[in-house]
Amino acid sequence: MVMYSPEISRSDPVDKATLATLIFLGTEIMFFAGLISSFLILRAGTPNWPPPGQPRYPILITGFNTLFLLVSGATMFRAVKAAQGHRRKRWLLATFGFGTLFLGIQGVEWVKLVEYGMTFTSSIYGGLFYTLIGCHALHLVIALVILIFVIFRSGFGTKTHPLLSLCSLYWYFVVGIWPLLYTLVYLL
Amino acid sequence: MDHNGNTELRENSFWRKYLFSADHKTIGKQYLWLGLIMALVGGILAYFMRKQLAWPESETLTPNVYNAFVTMHGTIMVFFVAMPILLGCFGNFLIPLMIGADDMAFPRLNMLSFWTFFVGTLLLILSFFVPGGAAAAGWTGYAPLSAKPIYTGVNWGLNLWILSLALEFASVLMGGVNFMTTAITMRAEGMSWFRLPLMVWMQLSAAIIFMLSVGPTIAAAVLLLLDRLVGTGFFVPAQGGDPLLWQHLFWFFGHPEVYVVLLPGFGVLLEILPAGSRKPIFGYRIIIYSTLVAGVLSFIVWAHHMFVSGMNPNLSMPFSITTILISVPFAIVIFAMIATMWRGSIRLTTAMSFAIGTLMTFLMGGVTGIFNGSAAVDIFIHDTYFVVAHFHYTLFPATFFAAFAGIYFWFPKMFGRMLNETWGKVHFWLTFVGFNLVFLPMFRLGMAGHMRRLADPTQYNFLSTESIKSTQIFITWAAIGLLIGQAPFIVNFLRSIVAGEVAEENPWQANTLEWSTASPPPHGNFEVRPIVHHDPYNYSSPDADSDWLPQDQSLEEITT
Repeated sequence: MVMYSPEISRSDPVDKATLATLIFLGTEIMFFAGLISSFLILRAGTPNWPPPGQPRYPILITGFNTLFLLVSGATMFRAVKAAQGHRRKRWLLATFGFGTLFLGIQGVEWVKLVEYGMTFTSSIYGGLFYTLIGCHALHLVIALVILIFVIFRSGFGTKTHPLLSLCSLYWYFVVGIWPLLYTLVYLL
Repeated sequence: MDHNGNTELRENSFWRKYLFSADHKTIGKQYLWLGLIMALVGGILAYFMRKQLAWPESETLTPNVYNAFVTMHGTIMVFFVAMPILLGCFGNFLIPLMIGADDMAFPRLNMLSFWTFFVGTLLLILSFFVPGGAAAAGWTGYAPLSAKPIYTGVNWGLNLWILSLALEFASVLMGGVNFMTTAITMRAEGMSWFRLPLMVWMQLSAAIIFMLSVGPTIAAAVLLLLDRLVGTGFFVPAQGGDPLLWQHLFWFFGHPEVYVVLLPGFGVLLEILPAGSRKPIFGYRIIIYSTLVAGVLSFIVWAHHMFVSGMNPNLSMPFSITTILISVPFAIVIFAMIATMWRGSIRLTTAMSFAIGTLMTFLMGGVTGIFNGSAAVDIFIHDTYFVVAHFHYTLFPATFFAAFAGIYFWFPKMFGRMLNETWGKVHFWLTFVGFNLVFLPMFRLGMAGHMRRLADPTQYNFLSTESIKSTQIFITWAAIGLLIGQAPFIVNFLRSIVAGEVAEENPWQANTLEWSTASPPPHGNFEVRPIVHHDPYNYSSPDADSDWLPQDQSLEEITT
């Protein structure tokens, strides 16, 4: 990185990294909008939903799982707001725990669905499920990786870390998009 | 800066300075080189297609290779020439200079963006040489043609095509984040939103449009790649999929993409025309508002590409209306450009010639777009050479005329030397005449019902007439002339970098901030951070001594 002489640098009215993250998340929202519209259009064009021989999406257990993810959003919020290091540490670890729990339950559900005969290629119904929910899971994995990085770099949350606020923005996005996916893919 | 504080050593090394540089000016020039080289590749592909079309009996290209060349010509020209030159080069080079900043907001992200782009370009080139050849499903990659390898016989070529576009999109995303953050947070003191040079406004609008439209296409690309590699059938009717879905998702991005390329081209004109006419820009704010309106409208016109696709015909009328509506804001911008020149004291430099050439040719593209936009007419001319002529009349002016105008205009700032004006004029006239001779006759071919993407038109009796054949041969000779017409530019460009006349700080006597620093600007751009006192188009102001008033010069400074 290049350092310039102080007289030509100046303080920023808006935090650059936050702004950049928000712009990037705008693109992410459009990406999921594309996936969700594809889902709705393909679904509207399929006469039987779910197709014969395919299991229903697991509504109930995923409903509970949704709660876990929402809780992880709340704990992340508490972690960012926490004034003291040891509190931040507690909330960050809780966030990590709930995020991992969500991912684990999703994984168990996927294994069951595959056992019931729903795979990527068994039908459009299955393929769409794995693509949409898989894209979300992939985002959560990335969010978890960033979170682990922040946890380790900040002495388990005891020190402040500049990436934490960006990580939380990304986390809120991953949490925030989920109820939408749950409603449109599972419930509708 | 590394941990040992060896900043100076690393900054001065050859690799850091010219190759893995985080300086926005170097990155801009890297994009320029990449775009120009890819333009040559795209031009050579066009030459082979033209040879095949004029003399099908020569069998220059087999139908499969012809399909691959059509696909790659479009992909290269839109994504690997227009994007790197108009956004990559002009955006990176000019935004920090024009707003008075020392660099982009995230210089390293900027470097990563270029090298991602570079790898994408290499993959695209590589795809010519894999078994089965390059992608052959058209630059729009229509499914189901693109969804299964058996349909085109191309397997890895098309996978690489998707991959290289994914890298390009990732690169432009990084660039777009950078453009927006830079323009929002790093403007010099006094550089309010309505003192921003219009080039910055156009780059910013283009970045916003790109960022908002590309998501669904990335989603579609994910689905397409799954269709090809995993065996899902999202776009394959036999498996319950919907091929029209691809067209919707592609054009939702594909049409705004046209404006992503066009707006920076307009930005070039909006800087050159006032400087070349010695007059303030006509309707500065109206141009900005029109651009924003056009940006919003660009999201609801996409289905005009699909009037004959089999989509619900009830959709045709609304999309016809929005399409014809979008010509209103663009017409306003064009009129503002013409009004800027009106009664100015025009300095007909090469840059100015190319700028006026852009206006004249783009106008043809815009007017014929209204024909395509009305569903009733489009059903007759869809997928004919009329459409080919139309979009070359819109994209060629943006990608080449405006880019050339910009290169002739900012070359002194980029390389510290002037391009030769005489050879520049020769280049302009060869390009302008050559371009019109190539594409004007194509309107007639299209009206005669000549379809696009045919390797051998003579297999149809109605396309084997003497008149059609001689037109094709004429177009091919004109295209060869147009290609040869670029030779003066190539020689001029290469020669001027080393031996051109040394450029002064402000050779065109223009007002924007990039002309207030050395040519080329030093690392960090400005010796003293400029303070902005005026809007950027203060030409022939009665209050000033000279007929231009740089943005960073206050009137008091001049009069005292």
